[in-house]
Amino acid sequence: MSELIRKTAAELAELIRTKEVSAVEVARAHLDRIAEVDGAVHAFLHVAEEGAIQSATLVDEAQEPASPLAGVPLALKDVFTTIDMPTTAGSKILEGWRPPYDATVTARLRAAGITILGKTNMDEFAMGSSTEHSAYGTTHNPWDLDRVPGGSGGGSAASLAAFEAPLAIGTDTGGSIRQPAAFTGTVGVKPTYGGVSRYGLIACASSLDQAGPCARTVLDAALLHEVIAGYDPLDSTSIDQPVPSVVAATKQGASGDLSGLRVGVVRELTGEGYEAGVQASFDAAVRQLEKLGADVVEVSCPHFTTGISAYYLILPSEVSSNLARFDAMRYGLRVNQGASAEEVMAATREIGFGPEVKRRIMLGTYALSAGYYDAYYGQAQKVRTLIARDFAAAFQQADVLLSPATPTTAFPIGAKIDDPVSMYLNDLATIPTNLAGTAALSVPSGLADGLPVGLQVMAPALGEAVMYRVAAAYEAARGPAPMPEVKA
Amino acid sequence: MTAPTYDLIDFDEVLEKFDPTLGLEVHVELSTQTKMFCGCPTEFGAEPNTQVCPTCLGLPGSLPVVNRSAVEAAIRIGLALNCSIAPWCRFARKNYFYPDMPKNFQTSQYDEPIAFDGYLDVILDDGETFRVGIERAHMEEDTGKSLHVGGATGRIHGAEYSLLDYNRAGVPLIEIVTKMIPGTRERAPEIARAYVTALRDLVKALGVSDVRMDQGSMRCDVNLSLAPRDSGELGTRSETKNVNSLRSVERAVRYEMSRQAGVLLAGGEVIQETRHFQEDTASTRSGRRKETSEDYRYFPEPDLVPIAPSAEWVEELRGTMPELPWARRARLKQEWQLSDEELRDLVNAGALDLIEATVAAGAPAGDARSWWVAYLTQQANTREVALDELPITPAQVAHVIELVSSGALTNKLARSAVDGVLAGEGDVDAVVAARGLVVSDEGELVAAVDAALAAQPDVADKIRGGKVAAAGAIVGAVMKATGGKADAKRVRELIIERCS
Repeated sequence: MSELIRKTAAELAELIRTKEVSAVEVARAHLDRIAEVDGAVHAFLHVAEEGAIQSATLVDEAQEPASPLAGVPLALKDVFTTIDMPTTAGSKILEGWRPPYDATVTARLRAAGITILGKTNMDEFAMGSSTEHSAYGTTHNPWDLDRVPGGSGGGSAASLAAFEAPLAIGTDTGGSIRQPAAFTGTVGVKPTYGGVSRYGLIACASSLDQAGPCARTVLDAALLHEVIAGYDPLDSTSIDQPVPSVVAATKQGASGDLSGLRVGVVRELTGEGYEAGVQASFDAAVRQLEKLGADVVEVSCPHFTTGISAYYLILPSEVSSNLARFDAMRYGLRVNQGASAEEVMAATREIGFGPEVKRRIMLGTYALSAGYYDAYYGQAQKVRTLIARDFAAAFQQADVLLSPATPTTAFPIGAKIDDPVSMYLNDLATIPTNLAGTAALSVPSGLADGLPVGLQVMAPALGEAVMYRVAAAYEAARGPAPMPEVKA
Repeated sequence: MTAPTYDLIDFDEVLEKFDPTLGLEVHVELSTQTKMFCGCPTEFGAEPNTQVCPTCLGLPGSLPVVNRSAVEAAIRIGLALNCSIAPWCRFARKNYFYPDMPKNFQTSQYDEPIAFDGYLDVILDDGETFRVGIERAHMEEDTGKSLHVGGATGRIHGAEYSLLDYNRAGVPLIEIVTKMIPGTRERAPEIARAYVTALRDLVKALGVSDVRMDQGSMRCDVNLSLAPRDSGELGTRSETKNVNSLRSVERAVRYEMSRQAGVLLAGGEVIQETRHFQEDTASTRSGRRKETSEDYRYFPEPDLVPIAPSAEWVEELRGTMPELPWARRARLKQEWQLSDEELRDLVNAGALDLIEATVAAGAPAGDARSWWVAYLTQQANTREVALDELPITPAQVAHVIELVSSGALTNKLARSAVDGVLAGEGDVDAVVAARGLVVSDEGELVAAVDAALAAQPDVADKIRGGKVAAAGAIVGAVMKATGGKADAKRVRELIIERCS
């Protein structure tokens, strides 16, 4: 195995910049690794070998590096449009679709000279917590191939843990970046809503979706964060403000001193419902932060417990509308059954969508229907406001909030596929952040029974700097994270 | 099951027994450079599917961005309709499946319109003013267009296949909805027409749309219900779509009054439904009835941030409002010294702008008016086009008037010059030259008269003897000699002059 694949993105970028290795060699090493292990892991839906080598060649030929990550390979979640690769969002209904345009995130990666290795597996339209709802097969967790890597961004997270890529992009609607990060022992960041453009991100739930960086170290995530974040006039909901200086904050944090910083443990996101091993890992992480000089306080966010209920009204409502466009008229799958356009639409949607997507379309259609709107969608929006207020009050008492990223470690494939509610409960700790539009990340906090656990650090809107600082301080104090060996 | 048929009731009888209540919904397509939510051009008549992008095609991942010019136009329309402007409002999604809707939802304002609670004063034929209440003016996007091929009706049912053109998808629309309009009685058809006319002129004056009903850039839905006379009740209404000319607005109201009265007098029930106006028969036809009422599942558009026009911006726009049609009419009536009737005729003929432009190009108001309402109106009628579609500009008309007043052209020659311009023979001067439209100078004309008199000495003697009527033969000879270019009146004067 090439030693290159074990390096961090920051290290690779430095080697390429100093011409110790070429970007093509780095790309080749990762493509070889994909060829070696992806048969077992199935992180990728599409590998863009030719495009990756081409892009790396341009980096090698350039006079000046296009960005601090020029030449570093990356795995892109298959929910972003790419003009030179198929884009499926994990759904049969988009099988074979070649978008005529690049997502803003895709365009920024290209402009930064980052080598896009391919597109990663995901639950269909980002609905799921295991990748078992992908129309193209389940991704296997590199820690234990019989277990799920989390979802929806399981492919991106697994590609990092399997050393197929040092960087990846995910999207987080209710935890789809952070939960897979926790399950695979990697770092996953959900930026402030509006921090990264959604243009070209195939929507799950517009008011919750947010793209973010995934990596094996906090610094790599920060470097990638600064590449993809920032105002985009093509996305009305993107924030027209300077990107928080997360790289500088990470470097500051890595020095290890957190004196004077207040960290809040959210009472409602610990204890009951959390596995003993997860809880123990979390408690140890909190003690670690205390040792670094942080003041630990307990805060209460009473409405967080209603987050899942509100989320499963708002998300399906938006989904039912966002996914209406998949009607066989202009792109993607067309099932020519029946004589009328309506019949073709119905037949295509019947065959093209998987069971979880259909379940949520039906839930949302019902929740928005006349006479039920106020009781369901309207009520859920009020809960959302209450959760945002809980956050605001908690951030008066603490600079960042802490919780385990997930209630459990990675579960076996098939364990929850027939029990949607238990699958939904996996996102208990991550959902409030999406509802409030604030920022959060998951950083590995050791193992429980041989499986990774994630520590969630939550920050106010545009408070990414302090969040990265705390995560980097913890990471440095924790020491190198254990990583899995994949048996191909 | 076929629906029972009912008699149409005579208009006077309708009024004896019922009171009509009107409601009008008008869609105005804005003439912004770009679409409501993307940068695609909005130009009418381009090759199908050439003015499209990921956003207006609703491609996966695409997002809308609100067109500021469209918001500005909506606010200006709202201000002109005496509406309040919302300090904060949102778009919503109206969800329904149809192939010409790329996203299968229309992004439209719903319960938070940008402008609301206003009125429009409408001047009727007799000069009386009728106030129509405005419920709201809101922004939305247009759909694409379907072309159904095969089958007899050109409708989707029975068609062999359908073609879709998304050029129009996402073009900004403003929907202007009136409050219920009671108390119109026998004037209901006239008021409906006058309202749509006034609205058209208003929007045109604002310069935000070309308001062409024939091209669909202004579309009208007519809501009408009947209640027993003097009952103060409100009947069940029908909504008639596809009313695409001012005349049709009037006829649709009239037809629906007669139809609904027929249903009610026969003991039937008016069904709340969408009907389509049939231009050829001036009647309305029931649309396809749906089993269940449509539920659009409206909810706030999460891909857009709220629109919050600042008070300063609204006031700035108020300050830039152009002279509105009624103010302008009052001014022109005064300046041109017109009676109510004369003014109304000019307005109805669509001649106001043209005359004003002709006057601005230097012509006296009286001459400008007479050219446009007489000869040019005649020409427009013959060609079956609107007055402003004649291929002649107000500046050209002004030039013709100038040539007449300087004596360079007679009225007859002037009409010939205009004919030439209309026939595409070039500018006025070019036509005059090419057609040889020159009044012979006086000397030449005198010579021609003398020659004719000399050629017919017996006729000349009769004229000298006082039989002026005999001059006709000489006039004819002179006209023949000058190729018809001479002014016959002047020729006659010269003949009498030379014989006295």
